[in-house]
Amino acid sequence: MSTKSNLKSEQDEDKRDFLIVSTYALAGIGAAAFVWPLIDQMNPAADTLALASTEIDLSSLEEGQAITVKWRGKPVFVRHRTADEIKQAQEVSLEGMRDPQTDSERVTKEKYIVLVGVCTHLGCVPLGQKSGDVKGQYGGWFCPCHGSHYDHSGRIRKGPAPTNLEVPSYKFLSDTVIKIG
Amino acid sequence: MSKPKFKNPVVKWIDYRLPIFTFMDHELNHYPTPKNLNYFWNFGSLAGIALVTMIITGIVLSMNYTPHVDYAFDSVERIMRDVNHGWLIRYIHMNGASFFFIVVFIHIFRGLYYGSYKAPRELLWILGVLILLLMMATAFMGYVLPWGQMSFWGATVITNLFSAIPVVGESIVTWLWGGFSVDNSTLNRFFSLHFVLPFVIVGVVILHLVALHRFGSNNPIGIDVKGTQDTLPFHPYYTIKDLFGLGIFLTLFAAAVFFFPNFMGHPDNYIEANPMVTPAHIVPEWYFLPFYAILRAIPDKLGGVLFMFGSIAVLFILPWLDRSPVRSSQFRPIFKIFFWVLVLDCFLLGYLGAMPAEGIYVILSRIATAYYFFHFLILFPLLPYIEKTKPLPISISQPVLSGSYTAAISAAREKK
Ligand code: HEM
Ligand code: FES
Repeated sequence: MSTKSNLKSEQDEDKRDFLIVSTYALAGIGAAAFVWPLIDQMNPAADTLALASTEIDLSSLEEGQAITVKWRGKPVFVRHRTADEIKQAQEVSLEGMRDPQTDSERVTKEKYIVLVGVCTHLGCVPLGQKSGDVKGQYGGWFCPCHGSHYDHSGRIRKGPAPTNLEVPSYKFLSDTVIKIG
Repeated sequence: MSKPKFKNPVVKWIDYRLPIFTFMDHELNHYPTPKNLNYFWNFGSLAGIALVTMIITGIVLSMNYTPHVDYAFDSVERIMRDVNHGWLIRYIHMNGASFFFIVVFIHIFRGLYYGSYKAPRELLWILGVLILLLMMATAFMGYVLPWGQMSFWGATVITNLFSAIPVVGESIVTWLWGGFSVDNSTLNRFFSLHFVLPFVIVGVVILHLVALHRFGSNNPIGIDVKGTQDTLPFHPYYTIKDLFGLGIFLTLFAAAVFFFPNFMGHPDNYIEANPMVTPAHIVPEWYFLPFYAILRAIPDKLGGVLFMFGSIAVLFILPWLDRSPVRSSQFRPIFKIFFWVLVLDCFLLGYLGAMPAEGIYVILSRIATAYYFFHFLILFPLLPYIEKTKPLPISISQPVLSGSYTAAISAAREKK
């Protein structure tokens, strides 16, 4: 074989490689573009996202009482804290807490603590809303599933949960009406 | 292998064009099978029958079931009370899942004891572990369908496991749910997947069987078949043995279905799902308990999830973890003892998974988890360097013909 024809076939091969690689790449992009809608359809639909706010009237909630309302399919806890509970929540030292946060970072009005009632471990609903419930070692809430203890501010103090109970975004529409979400 | 002679002209006509009868004759009739298989070799065919039972009862259930949060619980109650024979079909499906797992667990431990995962059966084993994973996914999603309290909270806790993944965890969980909690979208997709995954299992089972028939079954003494003197045709020898085992299996299965259908279930699942109240003590179905115990033994959320999945992952790489060239535990005196320790360890984990996660139970869970991983990651690779295995017989026929293993071995020695 002459050098010339060799060169030619090498060029041919380069061309062919380019064609093959670009074909695969385009086919790959095409396949991914088709798969994405199939995956994304599993994310929350527009109507699910639209159901995202709830209003609560707290006027009948006496000191020491708590209510649970449903928001986005999950329970939201509102507790009207006693002066003593507020004091404990504010004065406890943050040292050694797993997810240190001051009480004031977690409330809008210190009387009312508003929390998503879902344990940050694996999603059970902690006990502590009803008067007879076990409230755990720190007097707030106790998750029976794997034993997480939360304090009056909903902060994780003991047990496997990694973070404090979530505070949903909410605002006071009047002195006693709040809108969650 | 000689070509089978079919007498029926229709069969002949078809077989010439589509050699399905030759295939069946080859794989189910003549198929040479080691002649020393014991009853632990029945569990493969039993698993196949359990799978078929689940698919048949499942299809019938889905004709009467409504996958909607407002109707699911009532539709299952209707199956139980009003649909003709509905109670029977549902109890077969419900207990069938438990029996399927019992059979498959025994099948797996059989493989562990007789070294059936070793070369050249690595892929056969890996396909088996894949079937186990698919079964677990299927059973988990099936348990959500009746929409009882355990359905709902089991689904919540298990899907939340994925939130342990750093950065993307929360988005994955929202994606799995199709919302912000386990809700109607979740129930719908679980129904769809619960319907289809068993058929995927059928596909993997077929691959499992193709891999099996490549080298044939392993056997209790774990040495290779040396020739036709070591084997029997599958039919009638093993068809009859499998049928006998099936008779016993069905007797026990029927006893459960008719006399204690709810023994393996949880009473709270007869309370309709309530997203506002978690039952005081949630437990998964019994077949998940050992894995659940491992999850809870680790005091860290991500760590627990990794160890739980790791307990299955070690099974995938087992063929390369075990360095011993000897397959059967019969010739591995130390390994044999540890095998039974592992069995006890798994039972202990199962027990601990059902107990509350506090006090002594936590400590025991940690010890049992540590042993599980020690067994797979340290014992399997290192034991062969210390253990003195017993001499292997020269063939499967020899120990059988001369009455005992020792006789066979001495005969083998004389020959040398
Ligand atoms: C690998 C095979 C399968 C396993 C392990 C399995 C497991 C389960 C389990 C554990 C339940 C919950 C039973 C209860 O507590 O009520 C269930 C329910 C259900 N399964 Fe399956 N299943 C399988 C195959 C199928 C198939 C193939 C279908 C449909 C084609 C199906 C349809 C259903 C339906 C409609 C229900 C809800 C009714 C009920 O809860 O009894 N299953 N399954
Ligand atoms: S879900 Fe609350 S402690 Fe695990």
